[in-house]
Amino acid sequence: MELLRKDPLREFAPQLERTSIQGYLWIVFLLAVIGLGIYAFFSQVFYGHEVTGMRDNVVWGVYIVNFIFFMGISYAGALISGTLHLFKTAWRKPIIRMAEFITIIALLIGPCFILLCIGRLDKLHYLVIFGRIQSPITWDVIAISTDIFGCFIFLYLSVLRDLAKLRDYELLQLPNWRKKLYKLLALGYTGTPEQKQRLNRASDIMAAMVIAIAIIVYSVLAWIFSVTLQPGWHSTIFGPYFVIAAVYSGSAVLILCMWLFRRIYHLEEYITKKHFVAVGVIMLVLAAFFGYFTFSDYLTKWYGSEKNDEMLIQLLFKEFYWPFIISNYIGVLLPLIVVGIAKFRTITNITITAVVVIIALWLNRYIIVVPTLESPYLPIQDSRPEWLNYTATWVEWSLTAAGVAVFALLFTLASKFITIVPVSGLHGEEQNEEAIV
Amino acid sequence: MTVEDEFNKDQKNSRRQFLKKGLIAGAGVAAGGGLIAAFVDATATETGEKVKVLTTEGEIMEVDRGLLKLPRVSTEESHKGIPGRKFVMVIDLGKCKNARKCVEACQKGHHLPKSQEFIKVYLLQDSEKTSPYWFPKPCFHCDNPLCVSVCPVGATYKRTDGIVLIDNERCIGCKFCMTGCPYSTRVFAWKHYPEFDEDKEPYSPEASSPGKEGTVSKCDFCPDLIRVGKIPYCASACPMGVIYFGDVDEDTVTNGTETFQFSKLISDRAGYRYLETLGTRPCVYYLPPVERQFEVERGFADMDQEIIDRYKDTPYSKKNKP
Repeated sequence: MELLRKDPLREFAPQLERTSIQGYLWIVFLLAVIGLGIYAFFSQVFYGHEVTGMRDNVVWGVYIVNFIFFMGISYAGALISGTLHLFKTAWRKPIIRMAEFITIIALLIGPCFILLCIGRLDKLHYLVIFGRIQSPITWDVIAISTDIFGCFIFLYLSVLRDLAKLRDYELLQLPNWRKKLYKLLALGYTGTPEQKQRLNRASDIMAAMVIAIAIIVYSVLAWIFSVTLQPGWHSTIFGPYFVIAAVYSGSAVLILCMWLFRRIYHLEEYITKKHFVAVGVIMLVLAAFFGYFTFSDYLTKWYGSEKNDEMLIQLLFKEFYWPFIISNYIGVLLPLIVVGIAKFRTITNITITAVVVIIALWLNRYIIVVPTLESPYLPIQDSRPEWLNYTATWVEWSLTAAGVAVFALLFTLASKFITIVPVSGLHGEEQNEEAIV
Repeated sequence: MTVEDEFNKDQKNSRRQFLKKGLIAGAGVAAGGGLIAAFVDATATETGEKVKVLTTEGEIMEVDRGLLKLPRVSTEESHKGIPGRKFVMVIDLGKCKNARKCVEACQKGHHLPKSQEFIKVYLLQDSEKTSPYWFPKPCFHCDNPLCVSVCPVGATYKRTDGIVLIDNERCIGCKFCMTGCPYSTRVFAWKHYPEFDEDKEPYSPEASSPGKEGTVSKCDFCPDLIRVGKIPYCASACPMGVIYFGDVDEDTVTNGTETFQFSKLISDRAGYRYLETLGTRPCVYYLPPVERQFEVERGFADMDQEIIDRYKDTPYSKKNKP
């Protein structure tokens, strides 16, 4: 035990060295789901967007919902790890890398979904060649690419010490190319006081930057909706509302990842109930904010009852009744009850709550996007049912599943490349790092 | 400098091709100084009806309507707008009976499939006690167009003559303009429709044809027709003369048979713009549905069940068609 405490890498090495049969099966399963998604993508390319459920009224559907959703969970790392880093929170160490992985992986998947909405992917480069700064989509392109870049640097800085450790750890039974890769990526970091100081400083700056960029990215995303005049979208609260919803969903995904990796890699020693409660409390606070913003938004729409807002709210309480209840009632109240009341506060309960929150927030985005498009200023008058009401097709669902599968796959592969729990500084060996107890 | 001069430059190529084929009668070239070739489709047949066309030299000459070929200006040229013009449309709701000739003529003129309508006819009823009425809705060609503001690649643009056009060769199909437009005016090509292939002419944003899969299109006020002195398809096709088209600066609007002074018409008949509160400043005005010539019910007469079904969720149909 004493030995382990001195070198946690020894304990985590098997994670990197070996993949179990279940592990391989899992990867094959994910690849199969991704394969289905690729098939769906090609049928969309060959047969046109007609294979989706989107039509002239509901021009954006599940793809945009997924886009907002993945961009939202990418917030987990950005804001949570950034903030925890800046406040030097003692317990953050074992979970911070997961948060950063969530950020960067979700950030790579999210924009793919917006690409699926685009009718002419062959002209995608026009966004750069003919980009107009007046368009919120251009703001989005700039913001997201900056975010990916910033988050990548932040993640890289935080894994640098571990890469150096992996390079120096001779007992590691890995193919040569991987050892060489670690050496290359470690950038000659040896832990001299000067290097440490520079690294800490850079990490601090990037943590602050990443928080700011993430807020901008998510606000810009919200403005894509709120700059239009559509009832339900044209709202001043959308910027902060989206930001809060994003961190909220991110905290829930983080809890789910903690639970999964704790079980798969037997991290019970490192990720304890304390961590679940701590992130659970973050989730609780965000739930309260989210509930407040949601209430505030719908109250003003309902109370003034402008004709089109009224129609929208009627639609929400009729056609979208259950999604509305799950996302805006259960999704808000459940964390308050489960985390708020001490006796409910178990690891399992918190994880179940997190899963409900993830579903609730996906539905929340759905009932932001679809009902508004189904209730435009001029009533939709059409005889074709698919033009009146949006229903996602197998193509959209397959690609959604593929998105989740890519997320899981990249997460699995990342955890095979770098330990899911940071090994450097875990036990206070680094001067500037706090140890977990 | 005439309008025709403007696009004549871009017609050089097609004219050259045309001349090469040697299809044109020598008389046409001699009389029109060559420009006439831009208008005349020698493969077509004569109808006997003459249309006046302005030549490069500023002369007015007559061409047979059947031979008339609509000019297809280049994309670059289509950005400029017709100098000195500001177009406007006036729709008289008192006369509309949902004959749908506007929709059909527009679809034919723009080579559109049945599922794409640049002009739609709504059955509106402002409130429970007020009367229902038929409401033809083209693009409003707003003076403050949100669709143009939000386009990330400049594929949709506002011209000096007030027309908002789409260049489907530039359009990436993000559909942001469709959510930006509060009037649900824009349509998307969800696949390649066979109707697109009917049009063999080169693409021009002024013609909005041939359509292209994965891009957005909409009512274009038919600038190709305006250039040869005609009013849009919808306006000329309407049997009731509901749709008037004209120029704000000339202060004139016409439905092909009647011509009115625009300002006087709007002032006398209490013309208004739809959803004025949104601040989009439309270029389409409506005359309130007063002194109706037809019962609303007439709009359902001799209509396909498919058309009747479109209106089944309207308050009118719910009340009158159990």
